Amino acid sequence: MTGESQAVGLSDVSVLIPSSADEAVAAFGDGKDVTVVAGGTIVLPDLVAGRLRPKSALFLGRAGLSGIARADGRVTIGAATPVSDLADADAPLAEAARHVGDLEVRAQATVGGNLCSVASDDAPRGDLQAPLLALAASVRSTGKDGEKTEPLEDFLADGAGRLVLDVSYDDAPRQAGYASVWRPHTHHYTILAVAAAKRDGELRVAATGVGPKAVLVSPDDPLAALELRDDPLASAWYRARLLPRLVERALAILEGHEND
Amino acid sequence: MNLTVNGVEHELESHALRPLLHVLREELGITSPKAGCQQGGCGTCTVLVDGEPRRSCLLPLAAVDGAAITTVEGLGTPEQLGPVQAAFHDKYGSQCGFCTPGMLLATHALIERSPKAGRDEIEEALAGHVCRCTGYVKILEAVEAAVGSAS
Repeated sequence: MTGESQAVGLSDVSVLIPSSADEAVAAFGDGKDVTVVAGGTIVLPDLVAGRLRPKSALFLGRAGLSGIARADGRVTIGAATPVSDLADADAPLAEAARHVGDLEVRAQATVGGNLCSVASDDAPRGDLQAPLLALAASVRSTGKDGEKTEPLEDFLADGAGRLVLDVSYDDAPRQAGYASVWRPHTHHYTILAVAAAKRDGELRVAATGVGPKAVLVSPDDPLAALELRDDPLASAWYRARLLPRLVERALAILEGHEND
Repeated sequence: MNLTVNGVEHELESHALRPLLHVLREELGITSPKAGCQQGGCGTCTVLVDGEPRRSCLLPLAAVDGAAITTVEGLGTPEQLGPVQAAFHDKYGSQCGFCTPGMLLATHALIERSPKAGRDEIEEALAGHVCRCTGYVKILEAVEAAVGSAS
């Protein structure tokens, strides 16, 4: 009840500050009652306002887990890598990263946090999810039953409560396209964004802003099996009209005739 | 935890997740960073962390342990304004003043990293800063003047 929640303050949250990836994995354990604080851009206001009151919090900022590596044919991005470090990443990831928040928020927000974020009532979140889905990325995470690596779409469907360690994709040439509609505030709030990537003839198209998290969509029938979100930025009706147009635009960019 | 604020060292016993904004305002009495939206969207709590602009409302103390923080109090004094402050003063870049601390620090950091910043770079650097008086024309003139006097 109200009285109870007021009695529990930030001071009752114990904080774990691991200084290496191994320590972070051990401290996170099975993840029960642990909230991860990395960049803090989403979680910290919730903790301060008391909307979130975990038993313990794991602060990830001193655990390493940051950086972009190209090795063994893979591009691997550490969970604590700031979004601003993706400004020159591969397409269509870089363009989506440049649309997140603003300069200060991009420098604080992390890739792992973005992959774990769920749309709020007010606006979609997780702008990096669609481009990483298009790139056929895999997520390495730890938690209940230990470490596992799985396709991003599986992680988005079923990865709640796990600690992301890194995300990776094949370091290979691709055609790519990105198209988005956003509402200028102090932040760019993405209403809807479509990322597409084609490699060896295989085309993957994904959208951010359709639901709680990004999803893969069919390029031929983007609205198939989708339940579109309604929020203060845009109605489901509007999104249903926008999505096919954004898919067309992203594919035109991918094919190299964006000016048609 | 240790923090250097405007050149003065402080040792703090605060909760590791307490936002830097609250530590500065309530524990150290440094009130130029304002508690605006307190969710990262307005920019007025911006401070420099090791020279880079950051939202102090979003930064847990644990993230800045050992860092050097600069607030507006570190840019100049009422008698001797820093160059960015002087430009805002000369060009009427401040109305009610609530957003001004964040604008000044974002501008200071911009000039440090890009002394000849053009209009596009200026707009990107200030994109996360809201002026509730909507005084953006004068603010942009002030920033352009500050960039001009630096280069």
